[in-house]
Amino acid sequence: MGAPVTPEMMPLSPPHTTAKREVAALGLLSGGLDSMLAARLLLEQGIRVECVNFYTGFCIQNHTGAMRNPTPGASPPRHDALHAAQLLGVKLHLVDIAEEYVRIVTNPKYGYGSNLNPCLDCKIFMVSKAWALKEELGFDFIFTGEVLGQRPMSQRRENLPHIEREAGVEGWLLRPLCAARLKATEPELRGWVDRQRLPGFSGRSRKPQMALAAQFGLRDYPSPSGGCCFLTDENYARKLKELWNFRGEKGYTMEDIVLLKAGRHLRPAPHFKVIVGRDETENRFLSGFRAGRWAISALEVSGPLLLVEGRPGAEDLTLACRLVARFGQGRHRAELQVAIEHEGTHTTCRVAPLPATEIPPEWYL
Amino acid sequence: MSENTPSVEEPVVDLLLDARRLLCPLPILRAEAAISRLAAGAVLAVQATDPGFAQDLPAWCKVNGHHLLGMRRQGQELLGWVAKGGGAPSDRTGRNE
Repeated sequence: MGAPVTPEMMPLSPPHTTAKREVAALGLLSGGLDSMLAARLLLEQGIRVECVNFYTGFCIQNHTGAMRNPTPGASPPRHDALHAAQLLGVKLHLVDIAEEYVRIVTNPKYGYGSNLNPCLDCKIFMVSKAWALKEELGFDFIFTGEVLGQRPMSQRRENLPHIEREAGVEGWLLRPLCAARLKATEPELRGWVDRQRLPGFSGRSRKPQMALAAQFGLRDYPSPSGGCCFLTDENYARKLKELWNFRGEKGYTMEDIVLLKAGRHLRPAPHFKVIVGRDETENRFLSGFRAGRWAISALEVSGPLLLVEGRPGAEDLTLACRLVARFGQGRHRAELQVAIEHEGTHTTCRVAPLPATEIPPEWYL
Repeated sequence: MSENTPSVEEPVVDLLLDARRLLCPLPILRAEAAISRLAAGAVLAVQATDPGFAQDLPAWCKVNGHHLLGMRRQGQELLGWVAKGGGAPSDRTGRNE
């Protein structure tokens, strides 16, 4: 990977150097402003850029928007990285790492952040994956949109070189947005990238990035404050921890992590839980997960679809039916007709809606 | 549906992908895997229910050099036709049997 080089030893490359040979870089593109700007800075230097976006299963990426009724006037949901690649005019490689990512989430070497976010392990993993793709596709180096000191775990000054070492890419990971504050990388030392034309952004303020975006004419980018991973979300992390505690082991399936994003989750007893749709779109979404579960809905009035997971007995299913009645339009009726579907068998029963006072707060996950 | 989405007669489909009930970006990831098995010019049809698909399929086609032949909404479902790039796009049109 080359010997360590201090910024003082850094060669100053004239702009024409990069034109002698086509240099190609592969960037990690989240679709947020920082990664867009990093790509754009390299495109400005005549470097051929392609990007990669990894699917972990925990990407917030409009999932909530896709599962809930749309807010009036809101922009239609879209995949930010695809949209960013379209704006930049670069190819995007979408790579599914969800299965391998289970190991990162359940057993992170460097632990979790404030919730279940294994940010340092995640970054190391993604950088190593990007490097493998770079090798496969024949790019010269990789880059990210990281900004020194912007995030508490993965973008601390002492962690940036650590990420490179752990991922096995020392000297070959360029961070264009803060390059001026970091040790020169091989692409800079070899004159492929003009270090003098890269900024030295640092800290949590987004103003410099927004100014640079304006300079490039980039206006259509996601809100800079938006998070991109459900694992940083307190409510989501609580539900995932509860799932692990209940099962007695860390682990999850793709269905588990998707279902944790939808509906109200209640656990009335250790051996079963219920998921209650909160609106029509969410009911429709949950209906796709009926297999292996009990699906319960009111027949006479509009209301939620409720899924039961676990090993419920007859009394538990009656309770679930009363919950469906409680959360629907018939909550003030004396009784309601409710339909239960399980493994292709359909039954009905009449139940009284469960009064709100009989739903202990600790049932809510 | 995007204003730029072309509207065409249903083309002859070489491969139909059912990506219904999958959330973003899985319909696109599945489409990418499916189209890799096709020859240039072959037509992939994708069914999806994720509302972002209406934005994502045209963007995916554009950044990967595929040709979006059209999209149609059928209730909650979206159906899109893509001719694989890297060669002449399919000029076959007609009704599916």
